[in-house]
Amino acid sequence: MLKFLARRIGTMLLTALCLTFIVFVLTNLHPNLERLAKTQASARMTDAQVQTWLQQHGYAEPMLTRYGEWLGIVPGWTGKNAETGKPTGRCLNPNDPAAPAPTFCGVAQGYWGFSTVFHDPVSQILTVRLEATGWLMLWVIIVMIPTSLVVGILAGMREGTRMDRILSTLSIASTATPEYVSGVVLIALLGSTIVGLSPILHHWGLIHGGALFKGSAASALSHRTFENFTLPVVTVSLYGTGYIARMTRASMTEVMTAQYIRTARLKGVSFRSVVLKHALRNALIAPFTVIMLQIPWLLNGVVITETLFNYKGFGWTLVQAAENNDIELLLGCSVVAVVVVLLTQLISDIGYVYLNPRIRIS
Amino acid sequence: MTHNTLSTLAIIGHVALRFLPVWIALVATFAVSIPFKRRLGLYGKLFDSPIGMVGFTIVMFWVYTAIFANLVMTEDPLYQIVQLKNASIGSILPKGSHNYPYYLLGGDNLARDVFSRMVAGARLVLVIAPAATAVAYTVGITLGLPAGYYGGRRDAALTFIANLVLAFPVILLFYLLVTPAIRQLGIPMALAAVLFLIPIVFVVVLLNSRFYTQPARRNLYVGVALVVGLWMYAGAAFNADPLGLFEMDPNKLNIFVAVVFVNSPTVFRIVRGLTFDIKSRDYVAAAQTRGEGPWYIMLWEILPNARGPLIVDFCLRIGYTTILLGTLGFFGLGFSPESPDWGSTINAGSKLLSFYPAPAIVPAVSLMSLVLGLNLLADGLREESLRD
Repeated sequence: MLKFLARRIGTMLLTALCLTFIVFVLTNLHPNLERLAKTQASARMTDAQVQTWLQQHGYAEPMLTRYGEWLGIVPGWTGKNAETGKPTGRCLNPNDPAAPAPTFCGVAQGYWGFSTVFHDPVSQILTVRLEATGWLMLWVIIVMIPTSLVVGILAGMREGTRMDRILSTLSIASTATPEYVSGVVLIALLGSTIVGLSPILHHWGLIHGGALFKGSAASALSHRTFENFTLPVVTVSLYGTGYIARMTRASMTEVMTAQYIRTARLKGVSFRSVVLKHALRNALIAPFTVIMLQIPWLLNGVVITETLFNYKGFGWTLVQAAENNDIELLLGCSVVAVVVVLLTQLISDIGYVYLNPRIRIS
Repeated sequence: MTHNTLSTLAIIGHVALRFLPVWIALVATFAVSIPFKRRLGLYGKLFDSPIGMVGFTIVMFWVYTAIFANLVMTEDPLYQIVQLKNASIGSILPKGSHNYPYYLLGGDNLARDVFSRMVAGARLVLVIAPAATAVAYTVGITLGLPAGYYGGRRDAALTFIANLVLAFPVILLFYLLVTPAIRQLGIPMALAAVLFLIPIVFVVVLLNSRFYTQPARRNLYVGVALVVGLWMYAGAAFNADPLGLFEMDPNKLNIFVAVVFVNSPTVFRIVRGLTFDIKSRDYVAAAQTRGEGPWYIMLWEILPNARGPLIVDFCLRIGYTTILLGTLGFFGLGFSPESPDWGSTINAGSKLLSFYPAPAIVPAVSLMSLVLGLNLLADGLREESLRD
């Protein structure tokens, strides 16, 4: 078991290293750096001015050296501002340039870099944004998992009945609805004061105020309410719910045809008791893996939903970083994303073995 | 703005009438297929499953809409009629020399016809999504078969690369791969040069492994495949088709390559897993004893026996590719701003969603229905292929 864990963690580190390097190379392509220089300094710079800007800000060194600097295994660059003569450098504190600077400053030293868009340290931005996304994810999981498991079990316990047909079709429909579609439909239907259901409900006197829900979750950053957080949570949950429900259904139908279920039924155990006591436990092993592997997909949905609802969390930050070629923030974001993907894979593998005693890791 | 508008019933009637060529084609398809369904293999069996038939109908509806787009559209998708900015559905056009007197599903914020843009978007999506999926499939199969068949170090290396691509959040990958900077450096073209070569290699190896005992036929088939393949290759990867039949502008190529790149690793993993499972069967051992070459065994023994799950996944994957294209459009990546593709129009419409929902809702519902159709079709196929 320990050997297995060590090997998996080794692969994880290698994957993260490769991925960050790819992100680093792609964000440091010359046209991207040029764009960065022009957005940071002035849009009407000449090529020569761009070159000097890049040199002064440490972007002119070889790519590998700079990747090493980010990792913290190569000394950070130092230089001098050509006009003011003040020392510049990667490791200087941007708010207090006079303070003595360490030689190495990178991920190994716990320094994740400085965001060129938000003018804050990357680690600080990510902590704040991840907390916001954490709340979203928490509510998504609270809504999504029970719903999908109940739907899957109800559909799978009596295969081929009308209930199964209806629930299965609904699950397929939900997996066919990407977040940008469900979000748009939900806002138009429930989140607008002019169109959709809200004006009708208002007319009947069932709701006060404008709309049933808010079409923007910007205010949810400081205080989450039922009104401003429901639509984003439902939007993210919908896509995953159908998938998990279908997997649960497949697992449930398989278990329901097993010999021990038939034995229990013939023994005279009630259907209700068979489902709850015998089938359920075995039917929930497969969905566990699926749920864990679904979490990286949620990340994708989170990016779309946060952009659509203007909720300033991790996904929104990723889009901002990518649009502005904010190299170090983007690297930080990709590290977070990769860790989420690989960690959930690891947990699902270990959990599967733990839940299913028939499988052993050698 | 207040305009004269049609009643709801009239709108439905007019929209249905515009789709007349599509209805005729659909009825013709069913009229031809159903009497012969027993002789049409898996396709014929589809008509036994209600879910599969519903899915097939929806998918064919969009396929025919794409084919007859020019007949269905009421207006040029880029044409603007200033008075009809954000017009409500069923608006009647101001008097003048217009071909068609209504904006059936309203106008968008640039006063273009939502209905025509939706139809034009269907054509765009239904060209790119199946083609990209097909290329992703040949890439996945060409790499997945040997990885599963030989195993060992080659397999480990390929699996690592596939997992690497899969560990990327899709949106981050798109933001990195679909940018003007990347196009400027010609990276999509280089990637396309490699990715589009694989289908040619696939077809050539496929034919060669089958007919290498009959050199005359082999030379003919491989020759034809190479000529056609390289011709398409020149057009698709380098936009340099001598006859100008196949063309691909850099924007589209960039999108195409990114989508293939995202899809291939998953296909690779599926094919590898299936190969792993099938290679221990008796008929593979029999072929090995007969002295067949490894590529013959992979392509003519293992692959046909893996077709069931692959066909089902192919349908699902076209749907997923449609979603990916929508995601690209939604983030404004790749497609030009005035492109009528569904993702871009949803993105453009979502800004005024609370006031004028039609420009965003129409493409959103279209995209959902196409993907739903593909998923139902896949479900029907799965059910029917499991039956025998």
